Amino acid sequence: MNIVVLVKQVPDTETERKLDPADSTVDRAASDGVINELDEYAIEEALRLKEKHGGEVTILTVGPEQATDSIRKALSMGADKAVHVCDDALAGSDALQTAYAIAQTLGTLEYDLVILGSESTDARTGVVGAALAEYLGLPQLTLANKVDVDGTSVKIQRQTDDGYQVVEATLPAVISVVEKINEPRYPSFKLIMAAKKKPVTKLSIAEAGIDADKVGLANATTQVVDFAPAPPRTAGTVVKDEGNGGVLIADFLASKKFV
Amino acid sequence: MSYRLSDEHEELRRTVAEFARTEVAPVIGDYYERAAFPYEIVAAMGRMGLFGLPFPEDVGGMGGDYLALCLALEELARVDSSVAITLEAAVSLGAMPIYRFGTPEQQATWLPRLCSGEALGAFGLTEPEGGSDAGATRTTARLDAGEWVINGTKSFITNSGTDITALVTVTAVTGQRPDGRPEISAIIVPAGTPGFTIGQRYSKVGWCASDTNELVFTDCRVPEANLLGERGRGYAQFLSILDEGRIAIAALAVGLAQGCVDECLRYVGQRVAFGREIGRYQAIQFKIADMAARVHTARLAYYDAAARLLAGQPFKKEAAIAKLVASHAAMDNARDATQIFGGYGFMNEYPVGRFYRDAKILEIGEGTSEIQRMVIARELGLPA
Repeated sequence: MNIVVLVKQVPDTETERKLDPADSTVDRAASDGVINELDEYAIEEALRLKEKHGGEVTILTVGPEQATDSIRKALSMGADKAVHVCDDALAGSDALQTAYAIAQTLGTLEYDLVILGSESTDARTGVVGAALAEYLGLPQLTLANKVDVDGTSVKIQRQTDDGYQVVEATLPAVISVVEKINEPRYPSFKLIMAAKKKPVTKLSIAEAGIDADKVGLANATTQVVDFAPAPPRTAGTVVKDEGNGGVLIADFLASKKFV
Repeated sequence: MSYRLSDEHEELRRTVAEFARTEVAPVIGDYYERAAFPYEIVAAMGRMGLFGLPFPEDVGGMGGDYLALCLALEELARVDSSVAITLEAAVSLGAMPIYRFGTPEQQATWLPRLCSGEALGAFGLTEPEGGSDAGATRTTARLDAGEWVINGTKSFITNSGTDITALVTVTAVTGQRPDGRPEISAIIVPAGTPGFTIGQRYSKVGWCASDTNELVFTDCRVPEANLLGERGRGYAQFLSILDEGRIAIAALAVGLAQGCVDECLRYVGQRVAFGREIGRYQAIQFKIADMAARVHTARLAYYDAAARLLAGQPFKKEAAIAKLVASHAAMDNARDATQIFGGYGFMNEYPVGRFYRDAKILEIGEGTSEIQRMVIARELGLPA
């Protein structure tokens, strides 16, 4: 079974992240790039499926030159090879355009499953998986916290606020995963060294079959018109316990859906 | 001339740093308080291949090198020294002698499990009456009907009494040399061998989540084939192991010293005194600047010693210098960090309190600072 895992490089959430005031895109110089955290769960799930069913795991990244670091990390975890679509024309593409670019690139690959993290820690649109499935005309299984493949079908548990739904589809399919699905492994030194020799195919948009008129900031379907830093944290609400403290705490937790 | 790490070493460093921050930092304080051995963390380190770092793949290792081990130790010790010393002792004292001096049979028997971290090895050199004077070994081993019969006591032996300890290699007097001095050999004693008992578990000032025990051997019999390396070469073999181990301890000390800087940088931006964050006061800034300078110089010292080791050049003096300056940097930084944290620095719930307790042993273990100075002086050609 061949699996393609979509990997995005994002600014490190441990550092201060900024947008570039000139064009409202991510200021990549402001912080270190790291692999999007949820994508690590996607890679882990793909590796586990490979260990069980055989086949190959391919990393697909659409992003700038420096995303190479994240690709290398993905390969160090145990993926077999990578495809990196890297082209200046892609700069500023929004979620829909990115999904289009990924769909076009997937057209050049053979796969049974596409797995991705349910959202990225930078843009957090959470729509790429759904848009991608639409472009490819494939079933979408989103927010998976468990994946089982049986022959030509795949079954997932789809995480919801109240529990989970069981969703089944035939292969090929697109699956987005949540962090409850597994515990991503740390790369061993052996794999880190082996990663250096694994093939990374670099494609321009033309080689990936991507139409230049459909990507990039100038052709984006959505536009960031304004942005502002998050307001500083305010002092919380003080609730006085007049014998009903327990009830108030329970109500508060329920309102935040913790209970 | 550059000490820029290769991409692979840098990625290993980052990976271990992330592991330490995510998996070790949140839980290690609790193990430390209970003086409990962190089996779960050690198992996770094993899955990452840390115990096999400097060994080739054909014996079960990761195919890395000694620098890779040092980088892992530095990043672990930046968060906690107990797990770092567990790794250091397991690799450079437990597995390395078997890799370096063992027969193919001994290597095949022990190294795969030691490299995977499923089993730990220990080395028993120090005795109650012989620390720095390691040649004054009193433990004896005599051959009887194809078996070594071992009698004696070993002190402060790391990793010797855990549930996953597989073996202890002990040095023992096996006869007399022609010049009248004792003949010292190294012998592998598997855990659980009758006559080999774990004595008291020490109550330690620091390294509280690591395993350190006194070992007692009473007519303990092991096969003659358990001799490690050449008969009569036990002491010389061990000295060569200690030389490179000093680089590893230096790396561990640099990690602790860096951890002090990390903690202080976080704290001085939050803590307010006399109306300003204390990080705005020059008295604090100068302390932290000195701490950073110590870390940097100590790191360069161990990088240099490691680079010489990897290049096959003599490194004895440089390793001793690295261990000397790095352990002092750790001690000085722990003292300064604790001072910056004030009363909180004296509380076990803050990492700097743990760093303070863990630092002192670095000036003692695997060769005291005085021994390092002796080694350096000899290497400079001064008379013995």
